Amino acid sequence: MIEVDLEVCSGCQKCVKACPFAVITIVDKKAQIGDGCNMCGACVQVCPEDAITIERKVKDVDLSKFTGIWVFAEVSDDSTIRNVTFELLTKGAELAKELNQELLAVILGHNIEHLSKELATYGASKVIMVEHELLGQYNTDAYSSVIVGLISKYNPNILLFPATHLGRDLAPRVAATLELGLTADCTGLSISDGLLLQTRPAFGGNIMADIICPYTRPQMATVRPNVLPKGEPDQSRSAEVIKEEVSLDPKGLRTKVREVIKTSIEGTKKIDEADCVISGGRGMCTEENFNTLEELAKELNGVVGASRVVIDLGWRPKSVQVGQSGITVSPKLYFACGISGAIQHTVGMRGADVIVAINKDKNAPIFEFSQYGLVGDCQEIIPALIKEIRTRKAGQ
Amino acid sequence: MKIVVCVKQVPDTTEVKVDEKTGTLIREGVPSIINPFDQFAMEEGVRLRELLAGEGDEDKPELIALSMGPPQARTELMKCLALGADRGILLTDRAFAGADTWVTALTLSLAIKKLEDVKLVLCGLQAIDGDTGQVGPELAQCLRFPQVTYVEKIAVEDKKIVAHRQTGEGYAVIESKLPVLLTLITPSDFVPTNPPFSKIMKAKKKPYEEWNISNIDGDPDRLGLNGSPTQVRRVFPPPKHEKGVIIEDEAENAVKQLVDYLMKENLV
Repeated sequence: MIEVDLEVCSGCQKCVKACPFAVITIVDKKAQIGDGCNMCGACVQVCPEDAITIERKVKDVDLSKFTGIWVFAEVSDDSTIRNVTFELLTKGAELAKELNQELLAVILGHNIEHLSKELATYGASKVIMVEHELLGQYNTDAYSSVIVGLISKYNPNILLFPATHLGRDLAPRVAATLELGLTADCTGLSISDGLLLQTRPAFGGNIMADIICPYTRPQMATVRPNVLPKGEPDQSRSAEVIKEEVSLDPKGLRTKVREVIKTSIEGTKKIDEADCVISGGRGMCTEENFNTLEELAKELNGVVGASRVVIDLGWRPKSVQVGQSGITVSPKLYFACGISGAIQHTVGMRGADVIVAINKDKNAPIFEFSQYGLVGDCQEIIPALIKEIRTRKAGQ
Repeated sequence: MKIVVCVKQVPDTTEVKVDEKTGTLIREGVPSIINPFDQFAMEEGVRLRELLAGEGDEDKPELIALSMGPPQARTELMKCLALGADRGILLTDRAFAGADTWVTALTLSLAIKKLEDVKLVLCGLQAIDGDTGQVGPELAQCLRFPQVTYVEKIAVEDKKIVAHRQTGEGYAVIESKLPVLLTLITPSDFVPTNPPFSKIMKAKKKPYEEWNISNIDGDPDRLGLNGSPTQVRRVFPPPKHEKGVIIEDEAENAVKQLVDYLMKENLV
């Protein structure tokens, strides 16, 4: 139930500007909520008088009316769909099959019409599309009120977000608005007794936990990129596109993006999408020694990453930091060169198919994770390795 | 005006053991620290208190360190006071135990509403034990504040907050009026301050309070484990990696074996 306290309402119109569904009007200098209200709560947030209240029944709700698996499709700055979306759709399709429910993708943005086809190829049978100029750039207020509105309208059973900078900002905001449970950074999802079983690491990966949300719907989780496998796209598939209209006013948004600055180097492959990642740690000894890693990366068509200490020393940019406070990677081949293997690093790379470790200290914890370990000095081994690969290639 | 910095007591190691019988974490005997992200937030709070101060001393915002946890978390709040906080408040009650992220945010929001006139809330991006990063945004929603997460740099311009938010591909410069909640990511060059003895002694004279459920007018059915929508069904150790091959040989021989292996696996 949404209510306006007419005694308190000053008729300031802030709620009118904030309402993404354009259902609030001012009648006799008081806000009036019209039909079509999705109870997204955007008005409640901006009301300076606290005149608007929404009462949400959290417990004792009829859970059976919630159906369908939703995946939030993240659009990247260059107007493409982020890879993690396809990982989520692949998993979502599996869950949908098991529950015998539909898989939907939800996509917000500007000029995104052409993106629905790709979502269908990874398994979405419907795409809910919300296009607006102001959704072209991520804004917490705009995105969260639109998503909350959609949830209230369609009642999905499960809602998955990528655990990216965007997803980890948006999902908790949405969950708190609806007073729902939310599980962060899941690395596994399955169905158990009809419930979404959410598996996540905690304590830097030292323990794993299975988490459920038995009483709230949708069951919400953010999922780590590069952990779940991505399926093969099926070009024959198509999806029904449901377009939702929203009306957004820049004055209704409380934060303003002044500018966006890209620091990742143009033209280089992104570290989280590379098949081969070659990371260096303190054992590389100097910044110059990273040149040999670059050379090795060229031979293996890989990208050079680094452990936190290297970033702290300023040898490499933050954008290539692998680990807990950096990026999670799961390439086919991962080299850990002069990296001891602290848990903060290994949580970011242990999803790699093959891990090769090179370290002077044969007791280094990194050897617990590697399929292939070489004990020795990186400064000797890496040049020798480059030479060996070149010789073999020449001999082929 | 008041500034609140939320801090969490966390174990000082990632080497945490799991109780085989109960499946819960054994926290006893593990030394605790202020969550590193929160310490950065605390130190930023000290800086922002000066930047947000008006003319004269009376206009200086009050900087409050707020924590929820067992009575032992007093230690971390005392450190916050030594780092420069004006007042420390610990929310401690058995009724708060077992709270998930949403209920933690709800509990903190009740305390912040009690404090009144809070215009800025700073949180660390996430805690190093749970790693969820959810309490900040959930707290912002409970308070109806706008939020900026992943903040690595903060400036004050004309009583507005200008924050650099990491986006994964770079950063966005975001402007917000007060009130606002920010979650902070520790910059790589941050060196945590160890307060000198004189400040530790001074901290002991600063106001420190412990609040229980009645201090925040909390409903025991909505807080702690009772109110938490998420439930931990099982805790278990991560699957062990099978130990791989380890070569201790001259560089030339070692790389030959490695390349043989990589070629066999079709990786070269």
